[in-house]
Amino acid sequence: MAAQQESGGSLSAVLSPEEQAGQDRFNQIIADDSRIEPRDWMPEAYRKTLTRQMSQHAHSEIIGMQPEANWITRAPSLKRKAILMAKVQDEAGHGLYLYSGTETLGTPRDVLNEQLMTGKAKYSSIFNYPARSWADMGAIGWLVDGAAIANQVPLCRASYGPYGRAMVRICKEESFHQRQGFEILLELANGTEAQKKMAQDAINRFYAPSLMMFGPPDSDSPNSGQSTAWKIKRFSNDELRQRFVGMIAEQVKVLGLTLPDPELRFDAETGTWIHMELDWVEFKAVIAGNGPCNAQRLQRRRDAHNEGAWVREAAAAYAAKMARKTEVA
Amino acid sequence: MSAHDIDHSLDSFGDSTASATRVTPGNALRPEDIAIAQDKPSEQVAEYALRLGDDALILAQRLSHWISRGPEIEEDIALGNIALDQLGHARSFLSYAAKAWDKTEDDLAYWREEEEFRSLHIVEQPNGDFGVTIVRQLIISIYQHLLYTALLESSDETIAAISAKAVKEVDYHRDHAIAWTLRLGLGTEESARRMRHALDILWPYVGEMFEDEELHTALGDVAVAPSSLRAAWDEEFTAVLKDAELELPTVPFAMARGRRGEHSEHLGFILAEMQVLARKHPGATW
Ligand SMILES: [Fe+2]
Ligand SMILES: [Fe+2]
Repeated sequence: MAAQQESGGSLSAVLSPEEQAGQDRFNQIIADDSRIEPRDWMPEAYRKTLTRQMSQHAHSEIIGMQPEANWITRAPSLKRKAILMAKVQDEAGHGLYLYSGTETLGTPRDVLNEQLMTGKAKYSSIFNYPARSWADMGAIGWLVDGAAIANQVPLCRASYGPYGRAMVRICKEESFHQRQGFEILLELANGTEAQKKMAQDAINRFYAPSLMMFGPPDSDSPNSGQSTAWKIKRFSNDELRQRFVGMIAEQVKVLGLTLPDPELRFDAETGTWIHMELDWVEFKAVIAGNGPCNAQRLQRRRDAHNEGAWVREAAAAYAAKMARKTEVA
Repeated sequence: MSAHDIDHSLDSFGDSTASATRVTPGNALRPEDIAIAQDKPSEQVAEYALRLGDDALILAQRLSHWISRGPEIEEDIALGNIALDQLGHARSFLSYAAKAWDKTEDDLAYWREEEEFRSLHIVEQPNGDFGVTIVRQLIISIYQHLLYTALLESSDETIAAISAKAVKEVDYHRDHAIAWTLRLGLGTEESARRMRHALDILWPYVGEMFEDEELHTALGDVAVAPSSLRAAWDEEFTAVLKDAELELPTVPFAMARGRRGEHSEHLGFILAEMQVLARKHPGATW
């Protein structure tokens, strides 16, 4: 039991000889730090965990387009408009790429999309906060994409091949996203008084939610152990969070702005960063659907989907007609 | 796992130039290059560049609204791409025009009044449903493709160079519009009905695209007389509609005088949104 628990998930049923061979091979691949590929045998629980994690990630990319798309038409210079447009478009690409990756586990995209629209599937809670000012485009790029990078770089080595490879490609673009966000803030921080205020205000609002992107504290993260054993997860939530706080604590000095955290300090003894207690009650409430924008974000997704139904139907009908034509010819 | 391991894995990537968000790949002509280049256009050439730039800018502004609202994610990306291309063309033409008055692209985009814009009414028309956007795209992309192809021969080097980059991108916009016109025209009863409606509401603004101005004559072989594009446009547009089993609308053309600064009622709202933040902070940089 102990060995199975370690890399195969809890298995109660007796395995058939083929399944046992698959399980053994799976265990070996994990032990070798090699990659599981879509055709390989894998434990159901592994498939389920990955499907949930990858689709949540894909949904986050798609919903995450909304707060930034909100500022494309109002971007204050044409160059910023172009960069923002390209960035939001990148996120759509990430979403697509991750949906394809998830499909290799056996769940089709329309099912995943349905789960998102009905609220059954979750996405990153930070996108349920509004993007109220232009400086939010800076804070989102710097903090939200920054936290995403810290989370995702270790995922480049995730044991499931399609996930790891998707992460490699996505991380390259995310680093550009973070930099453009930082540049927006840097420009504002060196601008007029009003611009500086705008930048500080955005950082104040996005700091805590971005730290929450790493998930609940290790003491309250029940699934982490299994994910680590499966080599999906390489570092704990708190490890990644502390690492991220350390990075932004340095970077904020370049901006000449501050992080809204009176308790923030580096503890030389443990070699870790100490930050303030985060409001996990709020975190859970936002995940549960009570955030300022949950209703709006989901409705926007549903509207786009419903209003596009006739387009997708027409495309399908046209494709069928063309297929019949080639058959006849 | 120690913090050091995480540091290491964070360092192991970071080729940020590999991003798809590189706005101008390779060594193509960038708006920034145009802004610092030596050649300054005459006011007349600048007036012409304004027309090209304003059409592209307003269309980009319209199209960008589709990002996160498309009928499928692939279309968020495709329409976003087209918007981004148009914005790129706008930036190049406006950067060039701006030099005639010692201004910048942003001075022209954010600080001109409605009557100073030179855009056509067709690009100001609301997105409507996806069918309306596709018909608008079909009308404009065929037009811009012909126009930029003709401008490859412009005696103004900068206009010819911007057109050379633009024509390749607009070629893709045209393919996109044609592919969707066929799908929607031949797809379902409902999609064909929506396409007929889209053609009817946009057709009035087609006439203006081909009206010559004195400026075109004055500029000689710098510019292309819009009327010279009409026959080829008609032929191509009609052929696509025929393939899609759609008919040319019979509604009359509207008196549209965007080139003189007399705009549709839509432009005021487009500009209000586009300019609001920049105008709240005069003199600020972003
Ligand atoms: Fe992303
Ligand atoms: Fe991103």
